[in-house]
Order: sequence, then structure tokens, then C-alpha cells
Amino acid sequence: MKTVLHFMSSYKKESVLAPLFKMFEALLELFVPLVVASIIDVGILKGDKSFIITRCLMMLALAVFGMVCAITAQYFAAKTAVGSAAAMRKELFQHILSFGYVEMDQVGSSTLITRMTSDINQVQNGINMALRLFLRSPFIVFGAMIMAFTIDWKAAMIFVVTIPLLSVVVFGVMFVTKPMYKNVQAGVDRILGITRENLTGVRVIRAFHQEKGEIQRFNEANEELTVLQKLAGRISGLTNPLTFVIINFAILFLIYTGALRVNDGTLSTGQVVALYNYMSQILVELVKLANLIILETKAIACMNRIDDIFAAKASMKGGNEVFGDKKEKGIAISFDDVSFTYEGAREASLQNISFEVKAGDTLGIIGGTGAGKSSLIQLIARFYDASEGKILLDGKAIESYDLSELRHDISLVPQKAQLFKGSIRENLLFGNDQLTEKDLERALEISQAKEFVDAREGGLDAPVEQGGRNLSGGQKQRLTLARAIARNAGILIMDDSASALDFATDAKLRKAIKEMEDRPTTIIVSQRASSMMHADQILVLEDGKMAGLGSHEELMKSCEVYQEIYGSQYE
Amino acid sequence: MVPSMSKGGVDMSQKKEVSKRETFRKLWKYLSGHWFFLVLSIVMAAGTVVGSLYIPILVGKAIDQIIGQGNVNISAILRILMTGAAVILFTSAAQWIMNICNNRITFHVTRDIRNDAMRKIEILPLKYIDGHPYGDVVSRVITDVDTFADGLLMGFTQFFTGIVTIFGTIGFMFSIHFKIALLVVCLTPISLLVARFIATHTYDMFQLQSKTRGEQTALIEEMMEGQKVVKAFGYEDKANERFQDVNERLANYSLRATFFSSITNPSTRFVNSIVYASVALSGAFVALSGRLSIGQLSCLLSYANQYTKPFNEISGVITELQNAFVCAARILELIEEEPQIPEDENAVVLDQVEGNVLLENVDFSYEASQRLIEDFNLNVKAGQRIAIVGPTGCGKTTIINLLMRFYDVNDGKIAVDGEDIRKVTRESLRSSYGMVLQDTWLRSGSIRDNITMFDSSYTDEEIIKAAKEAHSWSFIKRLPNGLDTMIHEDGSGMSQGQKQLLCITRVMLCLPSMLILDEATSSIDTRTELKIQNAFAKMMEGRTSFIVAHRLSTIKSADIILVMKDGHIIEQGNHESLMAKGGFYHTLYQSQFQQ
Repeated sequence: MKTVLHFMSSYKKESVLAPLFKMFEALLELFVPLVVASIIDVGILKGDKSFIITRCLMMLALAVFGMVCAITAQYFAAKTAVGSAAAMRKELFQHILSFGYVEMDQVGSSTLITRMTSDINQVQNGINMALRLFLRSPFIVFGAMIMAFTIDWKAAMIFVVTIPLLSVVVFGVMFVTKPMYKNVQAGVDRILGITRENLTGVRVIRAFHQEKGEIQRFNEANEELTVLQKLAGRISGLTNPLTFVIINFAILFLIYTGALRVNDGTLSTGQVVALYNYMSQILVELVKLANLIILETKAIACMNRIDDIFAAKASMKGGNEVFGDKKEKGIAISFDDVSFTYEGAREASLQNISFEVKAGDTLGIIGGTGAGKSSLIQLIARFYDASEGKILLDGKAIESYDLSELRHDISLVPQKAQLFKGSIRENLLFGNDQLTEKDLERALEISQAKEFVDAREGGLDAPVEQGGRNLSGGQKQRLTLARAIARNAGILIMDDSASALDFATDAKLRKAIKEMEDRPTTIIVSQRASSMMHADQILVLEDGKMAGLGSHEELMKSCEVYQEIYGSQYE
Repeated sequence: MVPSMSKGGVDMSQKKEVSKRETFRKLWKYLSGHWFFLVLSIVMAAGTVVGSLYIPILVGKAIDQIIGQGNVNISAILRILMTGAAVILFTSAAQWIMNICNNRITFHVTRDIRNDAMRKIEILPLKYIDGHPYGDVVSRVITDVDTFADGLLMGFTQFFTGIVTIFGTIGFMFSIHFKIALLVVCLTPISLLVARFIATHTYDMFQLQSKTRGEQTALIEEMMEGQKVVKAFGYEDKANERFQDVNERLANYSLRATFFSSITNPSTRFVNSIVYASVALSGAFVALSGRLSIGQLSCLLSYANQYTKPFNEISGVITELQNAFVCAARILELIEEEPQIPEDENAVVLDQVEGNVLLENVDFSYEASQRLIEDFNLNVKAGQRIAIVGPTGCGKTTIINLLMRFYDVNDGKIAVDGEDIRKVTRESLRSSYGMVLQDTWLRSGSIRDNITMFDSSYTDEEIIKAAKEAHSWSFIKRLPNGLDTMIHEDGSGMSQGQKQLLCITRVMLCLPSMLILDEATSSIDTRTELKIQNAFAKMMEGRTSFIVAHRLSTIKSADIILVMKDGHIIEQGNHESLMAKGGFYHTLYQSQFQQ
């Protein structure tokens, strides 16, 4: 809630004026029954024609003012709502981009998308409607009652009874059916789940001839849903008949009381008509108010979800160290007894890892699924901080480096080839838009992508669709490689990023990297032994622990796990 | 797997007209069963409307008995009010009954439609299911039916009552005073025109808004999904810049769309106020001449106030109904989809299958324009092992599709133990195969249900024995409730390897005489893979098996190797003969297994 006010604070004036004008409009509306009463009492009963005309013109004037007020209010409300939502979106986007990997893991991308889009839209709508109706509806309901009091307190007592009674029905039904509709939604989710399962598992279901059982399961869940729907429908179907009874009985009492009061001379006929009109105004506004409350509860729920994101803060802090001269060939990467546990995980993903890589050397990392390969390279790029142990880059602690410097000097090719909408060139310039044409050409050559890029219409300027849909898996991988290579970073990490390449291309790629001038320190992660047989060192991981470290020949002699992996692929 | 089918480009507008009537005719089949409630609902709706319109008249009559001090006919008023009370009670009862009827009809119709849809899904040819995105089918069964239900319910409750209200109001007004009624009838459409005018003029802005919103969503999606890459390459500032640009444009369009559309309400309210003032003015003058009582004037005023409401509602309902019709057509299209070829009444039931499989002159393609398998012959003797090899995406599943009769051959025949599989019951054919696919599928339910596939004849001992053989017991027994542990849709919370082991257990338990195995290893670690290999090896003993093979040992020891590329079977033979041939298999072998 505080966040909404924060974003609305740039529209202080508008957020006060909007409801104010809306209230003014309501006030004008409340005058109409009084005018009608005077037309009856003075105009008709006393036969004053000019009075009737002036009063009718007065009603027109009230209508004109009412419209002007309403439109002004709508404008201010729309401006505040749209403006605050835009500011919120902007800030939220920036905030999300400041997240480190730890925060990203915690929230997950799909929920971030709904929060950025539909949640904020709901909030925008909520602000808009709140400014427009939150004052107007209660104002008319209670205003009608107060006006009734100014006419006759005894008749007004009927309002005092009716309003709470109506509220109990309208809001009561709303609160009773709310959990019911939740159940209905759960029922819908259930049949949705069954439908999905029957499509994804169609082969297994038919192989095990489960069709009849599945139909029955669906029918049962569907019947359950129907029962829930009918129950909820039956109760919410009570609202209209009940409010109808209450408001109309109130009108009957009003007429009766009015009749008695006219008889003893305290009221005029026109005033009875005015009271009757006030009663009619109440119901419409009360229903509007109930709908508004539903809308606002939704909007508040959305706002809370957005707040959760704002509450998550990027936790990683960098130092101010920068990388020195690359010509010096020392130890580029050094791990000293490093262990790592993901936040919230019970078991460590990496335990007691120690190794050193000389600048310009190649390190291969091999191991099965869940062995900790990806975790390890994410530590090298400092996407996560090690839980224990020390990581040094060029002899200095990784934490001492400036974060953006770190991102610039370590180039990562992720497992999942991810490209962005735009041209091939834009994708290659993703990490550094200062690169020259020559840099790009070289990167394409090394990554074995030149041939197919040249063959595409437009070459470097050929379009890439969202997510790279118009490229094959192998092409995407080669472009992500080119993107990483083009940056000329000191460390190049390839996370199983040649899996879609055939053996020959993979081999050419590795050869090209090896032949690069001022070759980066290269880390290759793979499940294929062939991808790293010629690396300077190979680190074998199993269940997060080091199972071996050495060259291919050494490991073949000493490391059982490596022999096993090699054996399963080369037998 | 199979490209989605495209619809023929028949004259769309004509087709649309016909199909609309068609849709209605088909929907009527679902509705007609509820004719009693339909009639009841309509009668009650009429009662509701008449009752609620009659009350202002009664109130008017009562007011006419209130003339002034000492001149009030209390007993007459009481009489009128008693009638009023009866009318109120009757009206609300009618309204309630109408609501219940509408609820019942709507939810029963949607239930029946959904059940029919599910029944159809179970007999749809695989060609349809493979060719349509799952999301599309799911949204037909769920979202479309929901939208249809909403439309139907609104149509029942508001469309009919709205029309009756309009005519009822006009009728009652004319019965009170002809000229004033005429005034109202002529003036009110102005508010509709105003609403229409605003709607058409804001349409462009809404278009712009949703287009820009789409653009922004696409950007958000891209940046959120690729967030780790964005981070790794330090692209944040650039992303912010791009976002800000779209965001500003969106805010601009949004403001205009929101504001201009929100003018509608005040404007129509204004028109309404003019009508109200005119009725007051003309009514007061007529009343002066004594031809209209005060009670009648107040009655006319309250009609004038309510009169536009059903108009606004109906225009909303019509859009809703049109929408509902479109959705109904989509779900009916699914229900009427051509099912798989039904089974012959005297189809053979395979029993005690030995495992001889014969493929004779088989022609097959997913689409007529793209020929895949042509004149393919294969003779498999009981107990033989057939390996299917080829690069990723070469169509190895095609063979599985044909053997299991998920797809029918276009020409030629496939026979099991001499019986053409098209003349055999699908159930007995499919249960003679044990199938383990690469994409492991588990359904929501307990581990036990997933292993036995709801065959309750298996004892726990049998299940545990099978689980031990499939190496799944060690993790099942560690689960909180063992065999009765519930798993969620698609087995979330289990590793890929564990899921695969469960699927193997499933086959290990029923052990049919033929096996179809997809020896997938991509997502399983080496250790688990070894276990799975052992489990597979054990199963294959003495059984005819078709294996999509990745491991050299499996391939080498196979009796027949089928080499596939781009959906075609290009070579066939055993390891030695294929190596000697020096063809594609030779190259494949060289590149994948040797350096």
C-alpha cells in the first residue's frame, strides 16, 4: 500500500481533485429529488408555470455542471492512474534488472512477467476506479440518507434501517461466495490438469488402454465442478431477489409513513416523492460499491505481489579492483577449498573444490547431471558467492573486483542458447556496442558461424526473431558462441554450449579457439569426453565433489569415474 | 513432430453465416434436454419484469391518495400497499426461480459439452493431437467453455429480461400518457448514439494501446527470460533505455484510451438527465391541466430513469453473446473432429503373443506432400532385437507410432503373429507391447497408480519385485509414503532419472512379450544410466524389442539395425553388413563413436 502512495505522490494534486470533483457531481445529483419535490409542491399544486420552467432549467444546469465535474474527475483519475502505473513499471523493471542470480532464482522469470504486465495493469485500474468511485458511492448512499433527514427525521429512520440491511445482503453474499468461487476455480484447475495430462500422456494412456478410466476420472471431476458452480450460483443468485424485496418494502413503509405525515401536515406530497426518489438512488450505488470492493481487493493483492518484488534487494556487492595487463601469464583462476550451497538447499552443490588454471590454458569440466558443473562456472563468473573457501582471479580475491569489470572480462556461453529479437549484428553487440566489423567477423569465424550467417539474406543484418525462433538449435549455439567470443574477454566459459553441434564442427571450434591470438583462459563444460580430451586439465565432478583432476592420459590411468564416462561413450 | 494442418480457404464470409446457424443448431441439441427449465425460466423472467414495472405504478397510485393535510385516504393507501407487498414477494420469488433455472441450464450444458469433449479427446487420432498445440486444445475445453457459459448465463438473465423490460416500460408509459411516452422513446436513443460515437472514436486509441502493450510485453518477456544473459553481458542500461521508450509511449496512449472511454458514462448520464428534465417539464404542465396526477408523474419519472439501463445492458450482452458463439464454435469443432477409425466388431483379440512382427510394403507419411517411408519391408522373428539409429530429430518415433498403431500405414500392412494389426483390437495390440518413451510421462496420483496403471490385481510383493528389478525401489522406499506417495502433474519434484525409472518399473511389472524402448540418456547421469541399461537388458531377454538406441553395445548386438535420416529409413542390416557397406551408418559410426 505504501508503494502505491509513493508512486501516486507525483500526482498529489490530481489524486485529491479527482475524488473531490466526483463528490461534487454526486452532490449535484442529490439535489435533483429536491427540485422535483418543489416542482410538485410549488409548481403543480400552486399552478406556478414560470416556477416549473425555472426549476426544470435548474435541473438542466445541475446536469451540465454534473457532467463537467465528472469529466474533469475522470481526467484527473486517468492521469494519476496511468502515470503512477507507468512510473511503477519503469522502477520495477530497473529494480528487477539490478537482481543478482540469487534473487532471480528466488522469484523466477515467469512470475516476474505477470507482475510487470497484468499485475500492474490491475493496480492501474484499481487506482483509477478508487479515485472515481470510492468517495462517490458512499457519498450518494449516505448523502441520500442525510437528505432524507433534512426532509423528515421519522421517514429517514427507514433509511437508517434499510442501508445496513442492504449492505448485509450485498456484502454478505459477496463474502459467503468468495471462498466458493475459489473452490470453483480449484475445480476448473483440476479439469484443466486432467485435460492437459491426457494430451501430454496420450501415448502412454493409449498404450495402457486407460481411455475409459480417464473419461470417468474427468467426468467425476467435472460433476464435482458443476455441483460447486451451481451452489455458488444459487447463493449469488439470491442477491437480486433479496435486495429487491428490501428496497421495495422500504419504499412501501416510506409511502405509508409519508402518508401519515402528510395527513398530519408535517410533510408535503412532493417531499414524499423526493424521499421515494432518494430510496431508489441507494441500491444502484451500493451494488457499484460492492463491485468496487471486489476490484480493489484484487488490485491490492496484485500490489502486494509487486511489493514482494520491490522488497527483494540485490545482495551482491563488488569492490573496485580492475583487471591488470593481460600479457602477464600467471594463474588466472584459482579455487581454494571452495564449497557452495544454493540458498534454501539442504545439501551442498559443491564441496571442497581446489584447482588452478594458468592464463591462456583450457580447463575441461566433466560429470553427470547434477554433478555441479554449472554451479562451478557460475562461481567463476561470480553470479553466486562461494559459501566457503577462496576464489582468486589473477591472484586477487574475486570479491574485490568491480562487478561490471568482472562481467566484462568474463564471457559466458550459457547452456541454453538465448538470443534476442533484432538483427544478428545487434545480438553480437549485446555485451559491447563498441566492437568493430572486424571483431564481429573474427568472432563469427571462430565460432564456425560465418558460413551460415553469410548465406542468410542480409548477412549480419539478417533478422533474429524473438528467442531466435527462426534459427536452428546449432545455429543459435554458434551465434551465442560468437557473441561471447566477440567481447575479447580474458576468460571464456562454455557451459555445455556445443551440444547441438556435430562432432566435426565441435572439433573445428575447439581448434579455432586454440589458435586465437592472445587466447583467453577457456573453460569447457561438457558431458562429452571428446570435447575436452585435449584440454590442459580436466576436472571430474561427481555429486559436487572432485573425483579427479589432470590430463586425459592421467585420468584414464587414475580416475575411475572418468574411465566410466569415457567407457560409456567409447566402449 | 507433424506440422499443423491448415484450413482450406473457402469463402469465409459465407461460411461464417452458415456456420453460425450450424453452431446454433448443434447447441440446441445440448439445450433441448432442459426444455422444462428453459420454459420455466422464460415465464419467470416475464413475471419478474412485469412485477418490477408494476411497482412504480402502484406507488404512483398510492401517492395520488396523498393530497394534503387531512386529505389522505389511509385505508385506500393500505390496500394499495398490501397489493404492492404481494407483487414484491411474487416478483422476487420469480426472479430467484429464474436465476436457479438459468444456473442449472448453463452449468449442465457446459458439463455435458466438456464431457463430450473429453470423450472425443480419447478417440482422436494421434495426428490431431500431435498437430495441435496442447495449449490450444486445453483452452478450447477450459477457457472457451467458460466464456461460453458466461455468455449463456448473461444471455439468459439479461438479454431476455432486457428486451421485455424495454417493451414493458414503453407499454406502461404509453398507458399513462401518450405524448410524454413518445418524448421519452424519441429522446433516449440519443444516449445510445453518444455511447456509440465515443466507442468508435476511442477504438483507435485502444488499438494503439493494446499494440504498444503487446510490444512492451514482448520486451519484458525477452528480458526476463534472458535475464541471466542480460546480467552476464552487462546489458542492463541498454534494456532500461529500450523499456523506457516503450513505457512512455504506452503511458501516453493509455491515458488517452482510459480518459476518452471514461467520458461515456458522464455523457450518457447527461443525456439521461435531459430526458428526465423534459419529462418533469412536460409532465408538470400536463399535470397543471389536470390530465395527469402527481402519482402518475412520479411513475413516469422513475420509468424515464430506468429506461436506458436495459439498452446499455443489451449492447453489452450482444458483444458477450457473439463472443460466446465464437467460443462455442471452437469447442464444437473439437467435439466434431473426425475420430480414429473405429474398431471392427469382430476384431481379433491378440492373446499369448509370440512376437513375430512383419512389415510388408509399408508406405507412410504424416502429410501427403512429404513422403517418408516407402515400400518398407521388415521381418522380425520372436525374440529378435531391432535397433533404430540416426541423428537427433530423424523421425525415430515414426516407427513407434506405426507399431503401436498410433498412426495407420498409408499402404501395405503391419502384422503381429500373422494378424494384420488393423484387424486386431487396439487394446490387445497395445497391451502386447511394453513401451518406455524418452519423454517420461507420469500422471498425478500415487506412485502405485503410476506403476500399475490402475490395474488393482497386482499385489504389493509383485510391485516391489518389479521396482527392485527396475532399480526404482531404493528411492521409492525413501519417499514419505512409499508406494502411496502422491505425485503432482508431470511428476514435478522428481528428477528426470527417477521418472524414467518409474516408467521402466511400469513395464517391468506387466512384462508383455514385445518391447519398445527409447534408450534416452541425455538427461540422466552416468551412474543412473548404467542402472537403466541393466534394467533394459534384463527386460529384453527373450522378448522382441524395438530400441531407439544410442549406445554402441546395444546397436552392435542388435539383430537388425534400421538407420534413419530425415524421416526416411535409409539403411537396414546388422552392424557388420552396414559397416561393410560404407554408407551413412558408417559415417555416423565414425563421427559419433570414433575420432
